[in-house]
Amino acid sequence: MSSGLVLTVSFLYLGLLFAIAHYVDTRAAVKRILSRNPYIYTLSIAVFCTSWTFYGSVGRAATTGLDFLPIYLGPTLVFVLWSFVWIKIIRICKQHRITSIADFIASRYGKSTALGGLVTVIAVIGTTPYISLQLKSIATSFRILIASSGGILPTAPVEPIFFMDTTLIVAIALALFAILFGTRHIDASEHHEGLVAAIAFESVVKLLAFLTVGAFVTYGIFNGFTDIFERASVDPELSRLFTVSQGEGYTLWMTMTLLSMAAIICLPRQFYITAVENPDENYMRKATWLFPAYLLVINIFVLPIAIGGRLAFAGTPADADMFVLTVPLYYDHGLISLFAFLGGLSAATSMVIVAAIALSTMVCNDLVMPVLLRWKWLGIGKNADLTGLLLTIRRCSILVILILGYGYYRFASESYSLVTIGLVSFAAAAQFAPAIIGGIFWKNATFMGAMSGLTLGFVVWLYTLLLPSLAQSGWLPISFIEEGPNSIWWLKPYALFGLEGFDRLTHALFWSMFFNIGGYWIASLLTQQKAIERIQAKLFVDVFLHTEDARDSSYWRGSVTIADLQQLVGRFVGVRKVADAFDAFAEERGINLRKSHTVDAALLDFAERLLAGSIGSATARVMIGSIVKGEIVSLDEVYRILDETSQVIEYSHKLEQKSTELEEATSQLQMANARLKELDSLKDDFLSMVSHELRTPLTSLRAFGEILHDNPEVSVQERSQFLGIIINESERLTRLIDQLLDLAKMEAGRMDWLLEEVDVAETINEAVGTLNLLIKDRNIDLTLSLDKDLPAIKADKDQLTQVVINLVSNAIKFCDAEQGEIKVAAWQGDEGLYCSVEDNGVGVPAPLKEKIFERFHQSHTVTQDKPQGSGLGLAICRQIVTFLGGRIWMENRAEGGARFYFVLPLSEQDTEQAAAE
Amino acid sequence: MSYTVLVVEDEPNIVLSLQFIMRQVGFTVRVASDGDQAIRAVEDYVPDLVLLDIMLPKQDGFAVCETIRNNPACHNVKIIMLSAKSREADREKALELGADEFVTKPFSTRDLGETVRRLMQIEA
Repeated sequence: MSSGLVLTVSFLYLGLLFAIAHYVDTRAAVKRILSRNPYIYTLSIAVFCTSWTFYGSVGRAATTGLDFLPIYLGPTLVFVLWSFVWIKIIRICKQHRITSIADFIASRYGKSTALGGLVTVIAVIGTTPYISLQLKSIATSFRILIASSGGILPTAPVEPIFFMDTTLIVAIALALFAILFGTRHIDASEHHEGLVAAIAFESVVKLLAFLTVGAFVTYGIFNGFTDIFERASVDPELSRLFTVSQGEGYTLWMTMTLLSMAAIICLPRQFYITAVENPDENYMRKATWLFPAYLLVINIFVLPIAIGGRLAFAGTPADADMFVLTVPLYYDHGLISLFAFLGGLSAATSMVIVAAIALSTMVCNDLVMPVLLRWKWLGIGKNADLTGLLLTIRRCSILVILILGYGYYRFASESYSLVTIGLVSFAAAAQFAPAIIGGIFWKNATFMGAMSGLTLGFVVWLYTLLLPSLAQSGWLPISFIEEGPNSIWWLKPYALFGLEGFDRLTHALFWSMFFNIGGYWIASLLTQQKAIERIQAKLFVDVFLHTEDARDSSYWRGSVTIADLQQLVGRFVGVRKVADAFDAFAEERGINLRKSHTVDAALLDFAERLLAGSIGSATARVMIGSIVKGEIVSLDEVYRILDETSQVIEYSHKLEQKSTELEEATSQLQMANARLKELDSLKDDFLSMVSHELRTPLTSLRAFGEILHDNPEVSVQERSQFLGIIINESERLTRLIDQLLDLAKMEAGRMDWLLEEVDVAETINEAVGTLNLLIKDRNIDLTLSLDKDLPAIKADKDQLTQVVINLVSNAIKFCDAEQGEIKVAAWQGDEGLYCSVEDNGVGVPAPLKEKIFERFHQSHTVTQDKPQGSGLGLAICRQIVTFLGGRIWMENRAEGGARFYFVLPLSEQDTEQAAAE
Repeated sequence: MSYTVLVVEDEPNIVLSLQFIMRQVGFTVRVASDGDQAIRAVEDYVPDLVLLDIMLPKQDGFAVCETIRNNPACHNVKIIMLSAKSREADREKALELGADEFVTKPFSTRDLGETVRRLMQIEA
């Protein structure tokens, strides 16, 4: 077949794709119809079936039999059983205007640019083998097709064509095509109906092509399925293909099933086409059965073609990966071969286009832009219009991605089959699974968890799958695989930590997932979420709760004007578009946006989403943050404010407590004050009493003094009587003043006590002796009853004498006027030395037994006659006895009269003696 | 006809001095040494003037003053209260209860004589 024909057909086909996309994009009506079609959506998901499916499945089936199936079982299981996972992811993507898988993960874990960058790097490196696979298949199929003629099959690929590497040409051609296709629009979160339509068209083409080849082989060459399988079962070599390969077969099945389950969600292009480009969440329900049906149909003829190829090329070293193309060629059906080539081309191009768009968006939004924005000297932030820059970055990244794919093809993929290369990519994509699945179901997963899990999983993937593939291609010493680096046995990439007995893929998946999930889980448990993470986690996990009100998590305040904001967003999205969007926003809310107005939270939120659609949520946040800098109230700040508020509340609690304490203190003060007032009034009373007691003798003194002065004529008898009164009252006054001073001194503790050993009996005798005259005067019968050998006590002798005198004086005053009897006694008892003074008077009323020892508690009320005395005698006695460590009290005698007691403690010496006895 | 004064006082020496002074002014002097005696004395014979101490046994001077003022027979009796307590509150209370004068101890015999004369409208 001439290369001209093949090239013409190829470019016509690509042109057709472009036309379809352009037609759909420019015809609004068509666009609407298509975007309302779940079948188009499902067919676009079939971008999963790449040239790996188209060529590789047959190759796999022809060599290892049913092993090709798990790659389709996994996605089928996910769609049939786990479509709710997809629906949740789709809802989240719509709510947050997610543009890519990197955006998704970054957004979930706190809108982190670092995480977005990491995911992008992993995605790019992981997808590179996959793209190389497409390049390889296109280049190989192209070479085979143009080299064949009339049933003669080329045994070896022919190089070069146009004096150049075919694969490089294919790579560049695909890059240009992808650039043309994918970067017509800036807003990556907008739906690209044209693109989706073209991809869906490609899915139809590849399905029809494959079915055509399959039908040709099954019914054209053989007589239906039965015929083929019968022929194959005769050949023991071929019948082996109908069973799962022996040995590690089941583990590998398991591994591949799991891997493909992860891949259908985590492959960047699958995520992009299924979640980001989804026009309506309900379409997923249709895709739930339609996509598995597509997978089933495209696999029906895999075994027949494989068997047909094996039978046709029995004994020749034909590339089983190219059976789809070479079998029709072998039977000289050029047209069918050409169609098959187109089918392979469509499978490859659809993958490359979608992957390139998805990856370039990630590279631009999550890798390049954050870095450029950080380099302030570039002045990116000040540039007027950045839409051009964004497009350039995307275009360049598409080119770079394809060059990388080509590089991997050149360096590594020659020695691998299509499926093996594809699985390496799957394993890389699978590293996203914990962060995504965990992210939408586990609120406590943290940024550090995602970061650790992804990093560890990726490093293990690099080490156990990518590096060995480079080693086997001769880029690293082969001993690296066989002996491990520096011959460290437990670092052998295919038997890490001594784990052997698994196939390489299972081994790699086991260790990468072990470290990925382990790191993710442990780091999440060990680290705290920041406020923004907490909010995002809640918004993601509870997306169905928050759908109605998914306003973002920040509160803004500040003075950014609408004009400022519009200008900022315009630089990335396009000025006119932003103006339209703002108008629509205003209209929807029924408000009037004036350029000079300051921005409210809702508009800022809207602008951030608008911007996120263009440059990703993490970068958008940085940009919005930069314009409102200093004025952005982040959630952290809100929390801080809340913290402060709670501190204030706590503070006011404390104040309340303080005021309660103050109240208590106040009431205590009031009580103390009342007590003081009481004391004051007591003191007042005391002073009043003192005043009264002093004035009474003074009154007599003055009155008689004046009388004598004014009446010189008074008789001598009267004169001497009056003068006697004056002298008596003077003495009384002196005595009173002495007692008052003594009492005051004692109460103030300023009395000079002269403590010495005192003989009590002697003291009593002396005291009574001073009163002998008075006693005889009154004709009182006084008896002393003092025990012999009374111990001496420690006391002030004068004061003790005073006590006895006071008590005896009182007894003299109060004893029976006619036949007074007083008895003074002293003895030693339990508490020490006792002394009592009794009289035969009227006694003291019971309620006053204590009161009489108070100052001035004297008592006219008790006796008929005015008693003599200051009213201080007993008070003084009590002061003295108390000071000496004893006590004083009185009792009324049964036979009438009062009996006063006091007891003084013995000195220590005596106590010891008493104890000794 | 001479006026009669009832001296109500529990300090014998002060009673003696008051007797001397009141006799000089020209009064017939009767004495009571506590509140109860004072009440009985007034019921027995209505005096023209009462010299009434406040700090008394049995009943204090205020109670006696009140009783005398409540006795219709004693409508014209003049009362001079004597007190060793110099507090203003006592003076107010005394005047409120119907005492005509309040004299603080120690008193001047001349002033007391003057006060009595003025109160009884007796020419010196």
